[in-house]
Amino acid sequence: MFVLAEMKHAVRIPPWNFNLKLTEAVVKELNKKLANTVMLNVGLCIMVFDIMKMEESYIIPGDGASHTKVHFRCVVFRPTIEEILVGKIKSSSREGVHVTLGFFDDIVIPPESLQHPSRFDEGEQLWVWEYETEDGKHDLFMDSGEEIRFRVTAETFTDTSPMMSPGGIPLKNDAASSSGATSDNETSKSMIPYLLTMEKAHNAVVFLMTGIHMDTGND
Amino acid sequence: MEVVKDNCAYLSNYEVLQLLKEVNTLDSKQNRQVNLRTVAYEASKYLEGTPCIHQSKEQIQKLMQALVPYNLTKIEKLQILNSCPTTPVEIQLIVEDAEERLTEEQVNGILKIIADSIPIPRPTGESESDGGASN
Repeated sequence: MFVLAEMKHAVRIPPWNFNLKLTEAVVKELNKKLANTVMLNVGLCIMVFDIMKMEESYIIPGDGASHTKVHFRCVVFRPTIEEILVGKIKSSSREGVHVTLGFFDDIVIPPESLQHPSRFDEGEQLWVWEYETEDGKHDLFMDSGEEIRFRVTAETFTDTSPMMSPGGIPLKNDAASSSGATSDNETSKSMIPYLLTMEKAHNAVVFLMTGIHMDTGND
Repeated sequence: MEVVKDNCAYLSNYEVLQLLKEVNTLDSKQNRQVNLRTVAYEASKYLEGTPCIHQSKEQIQKLMQALVPYNLTKIEKLQILNSCPTTPVEIQLIVEDAEERLTEEQVNGILKIIADSIPIPRPTGESESDGGASN
């Protein structure tokens, strides 16, 4: 679900935004910085909700911009643990089922949290729930793109900011300094800043039927 | 950037959708912020798939007042509002220890309240085609 997070930040307003009203310019700068980014231990920031307080603006010698300390609230996507959500299956692999909400992708259901018994079908590259009924076993395939209901069991935040030495200077890779920057970028891309781990809402057989295409006939 | 409090209030899906709609109405010249536009578009697309598009402020107030006697927590009520359950099993998933805290009649009562205060038009065509595909 969505929550509000209270934050404060010294906003730098560049001179070409001086024609805007101060609040407008501040909201614009904050949205530029925050929208669609994951903040460590806060969640996925969506947009600025409101401005609570603005302190005096000041100018720093050698910089044409104005700086204003702003207290504001931000709309953040942060599901609570145990929350039930509905998403779509993005892909499946041996590591589990990956689920997307459209605006948030880093959701994984590990194999041990899928219904029991489940197996991974190598041919189809899909997870299959072997649903048992009186007249035998049914294979329920979890197709990509199907809706799925799941429960949030854990969240993992990873700090993906550039590695800093204690002095605040970015650490360089062993490679030449020019290529160091790009490889830094790559590693931070492959790290997932905010990962939700889920289990399928297992006592909800009714829902799962809507999420899984049923294969009853031919085998 | 300094976080004062990472969770000072909960927002319902309805409220978030209203905020995002405002962002989406700004035309692209006014709103050159790519990140904001992307997330507003994607998130509102997600929210439009949830029951919150059928809700209004009055309906939500009515629902919240009607749910008071059931002693649900704030998060449980919010989840009920966001997902608008229609079957008892959905309530049991949302409410912790539902078996102990709610009787079967109470669960049915909650379902009735939800159906009464937030009527969701059921698209008949879609459910029929779903049924056909699974057979």
